[in-house]
Amino acid sequence: MTDVLTPADAPETAAIMRAAAEARTPLAVEGGGTKAAMGRPAQAASTLSTRRMAGITLYEPAELVIAARSGTPLAEIERTLAERGQMLPFEPLDYRALLGSVGEPTVGGLVGANLSGPRRIAAGACRDSLIGVKMVNGRGEEVVSGGRVMKNVTGLDLARLLAGSWGTLAVFTEITFKVSPAPAHTATLVLHGLDDRRAIDALSQGLGSPFEVSGAAHLPGVIERVPKTLLRLEGFPASVAYRMGELRRLLSGFGRADVLEGDVVAALWRGIRDATFLAEPRDAAVWRVSIAPSKAAAFVAGLSEMLPFRHVYDWGGGLVWVGTSASDAGVAAVRAALVGSGGHATLVRAPAEVRASAPVFDPPAAGIAALTAGVKASFDPAGILNPGRMYAGL
Amino acid sequence: MAGIAFPAPDAGIIARRAAILADLGRLVPAESLVTTEDECRAFETDALTAYRRMPLGVVLPTTTEEVAAVLAYCHREGVKVVPRGAGTSLCGGAIPQEDAVVLGLAKMNRVLDVNFGDRTIRVQAGITNLAVSAAVSAEGFFYAPDPSSQLACTIGGNIGMNSGGAHCLKYGVTTNNVLGVRMVLMDGTIVEIGGDALDSPGYDLLALVVGSEGQLGVVTEATLRILRAAEGARPVLFGFPSSEQAGSAVAAIIGSGIVPVAMEFMDKPAIEICEAFAKAGYPLDVEALLIIEVEGSDAEMDATLARIVAIAREHGVQTVRESKSAMETAAIWKGRKSAFGATGRIADYICMDGTIPTGQLPFVLRRMAEIVSSYNLRVANVFHAGDGNLHPLILYNVNDPEEARKAEEAGNDILRLCVEVGGCLTGEHGVGIEKRDLMRFQFTETDLAQQMRVRAVFDRGWLLNPAKVFPLDGRIAA
Repeated sequence: MTDVLTPADAPETAAIMRAAAEARTPLAVEGGGTKAAMGRPAQAASTLSTRRMAGITLYEPAELVIAARSGTPLAEIERTLAERGQMLPFEPLDYRALLGSVGEPTVGGLVGANLSGPRRIAAGACRDSLIGVKMVNGRGEEVVSGGRVMKNVTGLDLARLLAGSWGTLAVFTEITFKVSPAPAHTATLVLHGLDDRRAIDALSQGLGSPFEVSGAAHLPGVIERVPKTLLRLEGFPASVAYRMGELRRLLSGFGRADVLEGDVVAALWRGIRDATFLAEPRDAAVWRVSIAPSKAAAFVAGLSEMLPFRHVYDWGGGLVWVGTSASDAGVAAVRAALVGSGGHATLVRAPAEVRASAPVFDPPAAGIAALTAGVKASFDPAGILNPGRMYAGL
Repeated sequence: MAGIAFPAPDAGIIARRAAILADLGRLVPAESLVTTEDECRAFETDALTAYRRMPLGVVLPTTTEEVAAVLAYCHREGVKVVPRGAGTSLCGGAIPQEDAVVLGLAKMNRVLDVNFGDRTIRVQAGITNLAVSAAVSAEGFFYAPDPSSQLACTIGGNIGMNSGGAHCLKYGVTTNNVLGVRMVLMDGTIVEIGGDALDSPGYDLLALVVGSEGQLGVVTEATLRILRAAEGARPVLFGFPSSEQAGSAVAAIIGSGIVPVAMEFMDKPAIEICEAFAKAGYPLDVEALLIIEVEGSDAEMDATLARIVAIAREHGVQTVRESKSAMETAAIWKGRKSAFGATGRIADYICMDGTIPTGQLPFVLRRMAEIVSSYNLRVANVFHAGDGNLHPLILYNVNDPEEARKAEEAGNDILRLCVEVGGCLTGEHGVGIEKRDLMRFQFTETDLAQQMRVRAVFDRGWLLNPAKVFPLDGRIAA
């Protein structure tokens, strides 16, 4: 068990980090610890937890903006927004079911991992809703980027750079999001029995329509034997009803279609968001593959010649979740199936020994690797923040 | 005007001008090199026309490889480079300097690939913003960011400045609509950042590049998201007896759960200027005008507008006028998008671009009027009300140096006010040279140092667009 350091504010965080930088003592950075089993296993003498830096610092519903200290539980943000009929637009995903972790995800951890759910196709990713951060860099300096207004091009966009940096560049102390109204009504069109190619074609047609599809997923026989293709519409009830009618007409060539509403289908979308359909068996590895939708079915077909696996499509086919019980997580096969596709794979769940030896994140190309190393050094020259969590030696 | 300093030109580079241009001539086709004074004059400024500098020369490459060859050469020889799209920057982002080569992307203006299934388009960076939408409009698609200069401005310039537009309340700005770029670093290295998938691995370098004002590299190609257009769109004019009432109506509309695709504000001087130019039917007997646009089917638009009108009535709206035809819609938007040009017909002006929390709108409008009148100048306000991005146009006479100085000072006072109320110096135009020396008002030295260290990772020698964004003193090389 390593020490856990729990600074109460940004100055305390900065003091801890200055001392760590001087002593070159690596720190593991943690919010709620719910994603500790993701990324490469990092070696650190101490853990810096943001959990004492909690609480919403600003919420202006009429300005569509909320700010909170980085250790604030995500649930608190979502509850506060829901009370005023608002939400985080990007539908943050929750890895607890997949990773078998407990505790409360924090906003800092959410941004550190840049986690977005099904609505990403319509409302952008976590990083798109991020409008400001306060942070402490690896030099122990307090740095601000962005702010509380949604249009801001003043200086380099360090805030978005930090989204998805897995705590390797800086520790967040405060985060500001733009938010959106929560939809008054939701309905989902379900198509039945389509193969992957036909399903992605249906999803693309839906997403290429004027009817504002906010979720587009395909479950190829993972909940029932018959594949289900889902398209979600959100908005004011009369508008949803109208668009659903039009969408049904547009997709009438894909066979039987049903419309689902209410709690059951909401739970289904949460399952898609969190990839819970691949949570069992617990020893199976899980990959998250980002790829252009038009290339997704070919990737899956290619992979199926090399490995046994189960899969789910989200983002209209642009996100493929792959679960495989192959002994080494099927690393070589997954990467081989992606060659030439422009897609890339992240190993979300695997035993620590696999994550230590195989690249969890796609290794960057040569020119990008040099920039990546330079950016890392510009924030954290002593290399104290989550060393090795993303890439070996970084 | 002369308030903004330029760095002293490097006499050694200027002395070598002929040799440098001869060398560049071996790297690009003959028609891609501009060396005569007459021809270079077209590149001496951008839309911040009060400032101008003749460049050393201009290269207009036709391929990424030519861009790489030019940059590698300039890197080796220590020659500064100012990237340029169409030269429509309002903040001087494309203004050259005497010891720098202008690298223009205007000849790289092709669409490379369109994929309607994936909803993406691959273009060369010199294509105009409007040409991207035009390339996909027959199939009902469009590219969302729509700066007022969209007829002329390029995608490369949009990426450099993270351009917005009137419709970004719903669709976001450039950074939300770019998936990948091909970019040449100052040393000539060609890199691919992002791609055609929604998420990319590793650090979000794309977020750094978008809005980096041509300081990290030269973007030569980009993959953009395209969206299917709504079935219909209808702007409605709402005239209010006061700016306060218009501002509170905006807050109430958003608070009710409606996010219209656009909410544009004009004050009385702006209404008069734009109406005289566009004959759009703007009401002339009101103090403030909101143009609110909704989208969807006719029935959906009727329903949304009914809700908006009800809210506007609660806030004392005086006039409500819906567009009844495509021609009226075009005229309404022409008036708004011509605001800068129309203002230019009656006076010289400088256009500010600060953003404020929308709750501060009534206070800021009042303070701005006080600031400008304290300098004995006039101001016309047009801005994006939904997101608090202000565009006060400060009117002055360019031939009166004293008045020009006052206009710049009033502008700086207004931008400081924006920062003081919790906003920022620039919402969509960029820092350029115009706001460079105000950066310390928004950022601490530590904040700026972190940005500059990141910048130096891409261009250690500060050769790319070097006079912009960061105050000239105290720069950090690595």
